[in-house]
Order: sequence, then C-alpha cells, then structure tokens
Amino acid sequence: MAGMAVAPNVTFVRRMMQPGWIRAAWMTLAGAAFAVGLVVGIRALYGTYVFEEDPLVTVILIAAPLAFLVGIGGFDYWGRYIIGAPTKPDDHADHGAHSWKDYFKVNTDHKVIGVQYVVTALFFMFVGGALAEVIRAELAQPGQQIVDPNTYNGLFSVHASLMIFLVVIPIFAGLANYVLPLMIGAPDMAFPRLNALSYWLLPVAGVMMTASFLVPDGGAFNTGWTAYAPLSTNAPLGQQFFTIGVQFAGTSSIMTALNFIVTIITMRAPGMTFWRMPLLVWANFSTSLLVVIATPFVAGSQFLVLLDRTLHSNFFDSSQGGDVISYQHIFWFYSHPAVYIMMLPGFGIISEIISTKSRKPIFGYRLMALSLLAILVLGFTVWAHHMFVSGMWTWLRVPMMITTMLIAVPTGIKIFSWLATLWKGVLELSTPMLFALGFISMFTLGGISGIMLAAIPVDIHTSDTYFVVAHIHYVLFGGSMFTIFAGIYYWYPKMTGRMYDERLGKLHFWMTFIGFNVTFGPMHWIGLEGMPRRVADYADKFAAWNLVSSIGAFFLGMAMLVFAYNFIVSWAGGPRAPGNPWRARTLEWQVSSPPPIFNFDEIPQIVGGPYEYGVPGSVHAVLNGGREKVPVGADGNGHAAAPAGNGNGNGSHRE
Amino acid sequence: MRHLRNPYVQVGLWTVAITSVVGVVVWTLPWEPEQASTQAGPIDTLYDVLALISSFFFALVVSVLIVSVVHFRKRSPDDLRDGAPLHGNTRLEVIWTTIPAILMVGTAVYSGLVLADIEDSKANERTIKVTSEQFAWTFDYAEGTQFRSGELHLVKDTPYHFRLHAKDVLHSFWVPQFRMKKDAVPGIETNVRVTPTRIGRYTLACAELCGLGHSTMRATVVVEDQPAFDRWAERQRSGKGPQPGGVASEQGQSVP
Repeated sequence: MAGMAVAPNVTFVRRMMQPGWIRAAWMTLAGAAFAVGLVVGIRALYGTYVFEEDPLVTVILIAAPLAFLVGIGGFDYWGRYIIGAPTKPDDHADHGAHSWKDYFKVNTDHKVIGVQYVVTALFFMFVGGALAEVIRAELAQPGQQIVDPNTYNGLFSVHASLMIFLVVIPIFAGLANYVLPLMIGAPDMAFPRLNALSYWLLPVAGVMMTASFLVPDGGAFNTGWTAYAPLSTNAPLGQQFFTIGVQFAGTSSIMTALNFIVTIITMRAPGMTFWRMPLLVWANFSTSLLVVIATPFVAGSQFLVLLDRTLHSNFFDSSQGGDVISYQHIFWFYSHPAVYIMMLPGFGIISEIISTKSRKPIFGYRLMALSLLAILVLGFTVWAHHMFVSGMWTWLRVPMMITTMLIAVPTGIKIFSWLATLWKGVLELSTPMLFALGFISMFTLGGISGIMLAAIPVDIHTSDTYFVVAHIHYVLFGGSMFTIFAGIYYWYPKMTGRMYDERLGKLHFWMTFIGFNVTFGPMHWIGLEGMPRRVADYADKFAAWNLVSSIGAFFLGMAMLVFAYNFIVSWAGGPRAPGNPWRARTLEWQVSSPPPIFNFDEIPQIVGGPYEYGVPGSVHAVLNGGREKVPVGADGNGHAAAPAGNGNGNGSHRE
Repeated sequence: MRHLRNPYVQVGLWTVAITSVVGVVVWTLPWEPEQASTQAGPIDTLYDVLALISSFFFALVVSVLIVSVVHFRKRSPDDLRDGAPLHGNTRLEVIWTTIPAILMVGTAVYSGLVLADIEDSKANERTIKVTSEQFAWTFDYAEGTQFRSGELHLVKDTPYHFRLHAKDVLHSFWVPQFRMKKDAVPGIETNVRVTPTRIGRYTLACAELCGLGHSTMRATVVVEDQPAFDRWAERQRSGKGPQPGGVASEQGQSVP
C-alpha cells in the first residue's frame, strides 16, 4: 500500500523539480515570499514599521525574477557544478526546436535563441507601439482628452524604455544570434548556456517595465527613459520598476555582447580572417565592444538612484551635498554610445542587403569596417552633447561639439559607400531592399538634424523640444527600425523556412515610409516653433501639425498590422523557402532553410571575401570537404554571368 | 539631348533641383518664431546655413538613390546578371572622407564663434534671480528696492543676466522667441544671458520634465520700454501687481 501511495508522489515531486514553467511558477512565489520575509524580519529587528511598501516591492523585484530564472532552468548546469554534484553530460537533447513549445523552454541552440529574441522583441514592439498610439491620441488636440498628465508621463516613459531596452537593442542581438555563427562558419555561439540565460533575462525586464502601470500608488514610472535625478529619486513607487528593470535588460546585453566578442574572436572557420568577415560580423563586433564598456554605466546610474530611493543615500540630493548633474554624466556616458549600439548592427544588416540585392561587392570594404571602429572610439567622446544646456562645466561643450560633428565623417563614409555599391549594380527591389533604400534616405535626414543639434547655439534653442523628438525618431525609427525590418524580411526565409508574401511586404514598406514621415516630419517644425517635448498639453498654435502627426501615427499603426499579418500567416503557411533564395554568397545561405541543428556537416574552409559578386571564378568558401564551393554552379551565379554595366573594365578594381 | 540619359548627368540635375527646392523652402518659410532678442539673429542664421549645406548633401544622397533605382533596376526575374565588380576607388574614398571632415571642422568653428557671441556678458547688464519650483517661476529684481514677481518684465534693448535656481528638481528656462535656454539645477546656480529687442508678450516655458505639472509650468514674459517698466515696478513694490505663485501670475494685467 505504501509503495502505491509513494509512486505518484515521486512523479509529482519530479514534475515540480524539473526545469520549466511549473518550477518557475512556484520558485517565483517562493522568491517573493523570501523577499517579504527578509524585509519584514530585518525591519522587525530594527523595530520599525514592517510593511513599508517601497523596500518590500524593491526586494521582491530583485528576488522574484532571480528565482524565476532558477526555476525556468537558466542556472541548472552551473548550479550542479557549483555544489559539486555530477554535471549532466550535455547530449544536445535540448538543441533545436521540434515544436512551437520548445521556444518556451530554456534552449541552448543559437538559432532557437535568435527566434526567441526576435519574437519577444516584436511582441514588445507592439506593446510600445500601442502606448505610442495612446500618446498620439492624447496629443491629437490641445487640452486633456484621454489620459491625465500622470498617465501621460508614464506612457512616454514606458514607450521609450520598451522601445530601447526591449525592442531595438535585443532584436539586433536576436538577428545576430541567429545569423552570426552561421556567417562565420561556427556550429553555435561560444557560450550556449550563457546565451540562453541572456535571453531569459529579457522578458523579465519587459514584463517588469510594462507591469509598472499596475502599481496602485502613482502608476507607471513617469520620469522619462532618462530618469533624471532628483525627479526620479523622489518619484513614486513605479520608478523602481524602471530602476531594476534596466538592471535585468543591461545584464542581458552585457552577457550577449561578451558572447559575441568571444565567438567572433575564437570561432571563425579556418580561413575567415578579419578582412574576410561579412560586415554584419564587423558591426556586431564593434557593437559588442560598445555594450561591454558602456552598459555598466547605465546600470551604475540606476544603482545610485536605487540607493538614493531605498537607503536614503545622497548621491543626487543637493541639500545633502549630492551632485545633480553627475547623474547626467554617468547616464549619458552609456546612453550616447547606446545610440550606436542601436545603429551599428543596422549598418551591418544594410551592408549585407545592399551588396546582395545590388549584386556588387561592397564599395570600400576595408574603410567600411574601419569606419565602424572609428564610430566606436568617437562614440565614447561625445556624451555631453546631450547636456549643452544642463548647466555643466561650460568648457566641456566645444570639445564635445567638435567630436560630435566629426562622427558625421565615418557615418558619411558608410552612406557614400552604400550609394557607390548601388551604382552600376543590378538592383532587385524586393522588400528588404526597399527598407534598405528607405533607411539610407531617412537616416540621412536624422544625421542632418543631428549635426544641427550638435551645433551648440542651435541646440540651445532646440534642446528638449519636438525637434529632438523628430531627430531621435528619424535616427531610431527611420534608422534602426528600418534596418530591423530590412533584416527581418531578408532572413525571414532562413529563420522560418518559409517565404513571406512579397506584395504585403511592399505594402508594409510604403505604408511605413509614408506614415513615418507624416508622423515625425512635422515635429521638426513645431519643435523649432517652440513646443517643448514631454508635455501632455500644448498651445493652440501647434494644434494643426499635431493632428497631422497623430493621423500619421494611426496610419503607421495600420502598417504594423500588415506586417504582423504577413509575419504570422507566412510562417504558418507560406511557401517553403529554398536554402538560398537571394543567391547570396555569405555562409548562412549555403545551408538549408532553416539550417541543420549544428549548422554545418563539416566546418567550412574560407578562401575569399564574402561579397565578390561579378568577379569571375571567385570563391568565398569551400563546404563539405571541397565537394561544394560557394557560389555553387550557375544558380550561385559565379562564373556563368557576365558583369553588367558598360563592361570596359574602367576602374573595376582597386589599384 | 543624348547626354541627359547619362546617369551621372541625371544625378547632377536631380541634385540641383532638390537642393533648389529644399533651399528655397528653408530660406523663405518662417521656421522659428519671431526674433525677440539679439541672440536670436545669429542662431537663426547658423540654423539656415546648416540647413542649406545639409539640403545639398540630402539632395545628393536622394539623387543617387533615385537614379540608381531608375537606371540599374533589375528588369525581369530572369535577369541573373551580376553588377560591375567595383571594389572601391581610393581617390573617391579620400575625397568623401576629407571634404566632410573639413566642412565639419568649419561648422564647429562657426558654431563656436556664434556661441561666444550670444553668451557674451555686457558691461551694463541687469541681473534677475530666477527661482523655479514645481510648477512656478519667481523673479527677484534688485532695482533700487528689491521686489519679487511671478511675471517677468524686461526693458527692451537692455542686456539681462538671469541667475537660475531650482528648489526641488531640474527645470529649464526657455523663451522660444529669445532662443536661449538653460536648466535650473538644484544646488548650483546656472546662468543665461538675453538682450530682448522687441516689445511684446511672450511665454516662458519649462523645457525640462519636472513632474505632473510640467506642461503647465509657464510664466508670462513682457518686454516693454523703460517708462512702462518703471510704472509696473512701482506697482510691484507697493504690492498691487501680480505676485509670485504659479497660476496666480496669469491674473496680472499690468501691461497696457
């Protein structure tokens, strides 16, 4: 009898102890309970009021997510290793995804993690986008219609935080996670378990930031994504959800960046020298260096806010000797490089697409790679251009203006080189290419307003106005988001094994392009005219252009629905994708779509550059021990096709 | 007419056309509000110059895109040709590195000169202490006997030095028609200088997110001549004029 009673209990306990959602659920609750016990216990020992809301929530926000990560299985292998238990030999049973359910588990396959990243980021893109639509609905007319000023401040704060920390930064990490190991001929990332943990930190941060709307006392954090002290150090409880959420998102970024750096340095296939790496790999190498060096600063800035709020330290309390402006220095020392963290991977994507879709080698490949490094270095020397009117040391402004303007030089090199790559190509105007061309034109506008903002006297007038709102959206939407859409369409066949609908893709592009310009174009003008940013209400003279902006925003929202429809329906039932639908030369296209679990049957041998379109007899890589060369036969278009153009060979090769 | 089909010629024509259109728009439309300070002129001129140079580069980029799409588009799905295998051109790359670099340094120098000009302190300047708090502005005058106001009254063509203070969080002092802006920072004093040149009523807006009332943190600014200012100052000293304190300052009716 006893045996029969025990048997179900054993399976029950085993189920509860297996890594997964059941264990994550009870461990999260246990973590929260532990946090409550800890805070209540310590406060009781001190004899103070035990159920103080702020410290309770703070410790829960730290402990519960960590317990969730343990429960879902993010630390299992290391946990056994640390306590000296026999580690389970990795039989790669958790590699690859066999059904959609596998995407909801801890998985160490870089391709599964890449898809997890991209889909999670797109989910939060729709959350952040919905917040933006509410913002534009409120701003469609002067006065207060839909939300009160407190909610309004929460809307734009959460919108920006989600779009930056949960969408643009991680979606690039996701795309690169998927294609970068393939591109360099590696079977996976260097640290697959770290990779899995990096991903799972992300939904934690996103849920935390979004959930701040549920805080009963004061609602979501409402001090902007910049969270300037001392507004943030005195803000209601919702602020904690940003302060701690950033720690999780930032940790995820740093660990992924370390993973990329080690992967790129150590796991390139034989023959893949740095000068034979695709520019996407160069871009992610530069980005990862930026992340590893800069991200600890934003974590630090938020830690100081956390300490000021919770332990009543005085880092930013001027009445106690704190220094208000130092917050901005620490914050922008990360957050300006963050702009390049959100742009350089996009540069890499555009280089891949422009070269493949123009069927031409990248013009000035080495200068393209070097300009990425130049942006990386200069990117650390410009942070205070966000602070020209902040009241900081006045002497710092002119040097920061000069370095800011000089960043236009490597950026210009990239734009001119892309244009020269298009020139005399055979341009295939499919959806990724349309987004790439749209990116070049819109990002140029964003760069131009950037140079204007770099000029201190113009910045004095336009700082903290809608001109800045226009500028950042031309850079981060016209720039980053366009490259993200380009990249998603370009690698969609590879990642899903299905083709997307080209007509819907083009519809999405044109609706986005028009909606984007109608939304953000007029903001330049109302900013110059004198409308400050981050205001729930505005003067009547700005009403007309604000209405135009709002109509544009709703149209842009519809464009995103077209995208969502195409993305989901094509994945479910689109035509099967061939291995190399774009006749591209980089390695990720030389395997099936989606690729085999370990990417390559044999590690490829790299023998030439990645973009040698039109060069007779050129070979990028030898696959499967020499039985296959890239490009392959007439389909790969290596030797069969004659170069287009006038064919007189004039200047066709660098001397 | 045959050379009009040459893509290089077309890029040139498109560039000229787009630059002209954008240039005319930039120079003729009133992008900024009226100029009401000596600082506004140089700032607007700098903006216009930058906009004009930028419109040329924007036109160049867009022209190359347009002509590339028109000329080098793949005509049929069966067209499997590759493009011309151009790997680079050292001379071209040196040009598009050095010319923007020189232009940028030039722009920085010009901006630096404008900056020195607009922030220059004048010998006869008057000082007003500006105190900001959630969500109101207070102005302390030290003309003869000291007085305090919730409205900012300035004498035309007189250089002013504003000493900015913040009681609680960051705020920012900005009158769009003056073009000048500076944050008020808790714990330190910051400075901004303006010489108003145009009689009228303006709005001082807080430009740094400061909390729930941020979009309502406004103060009336009146630029007037010396006699009008003196009459107002007299009323203020006797306690009849608008007193400091946020929304209450809206009720002031001291200007004819």
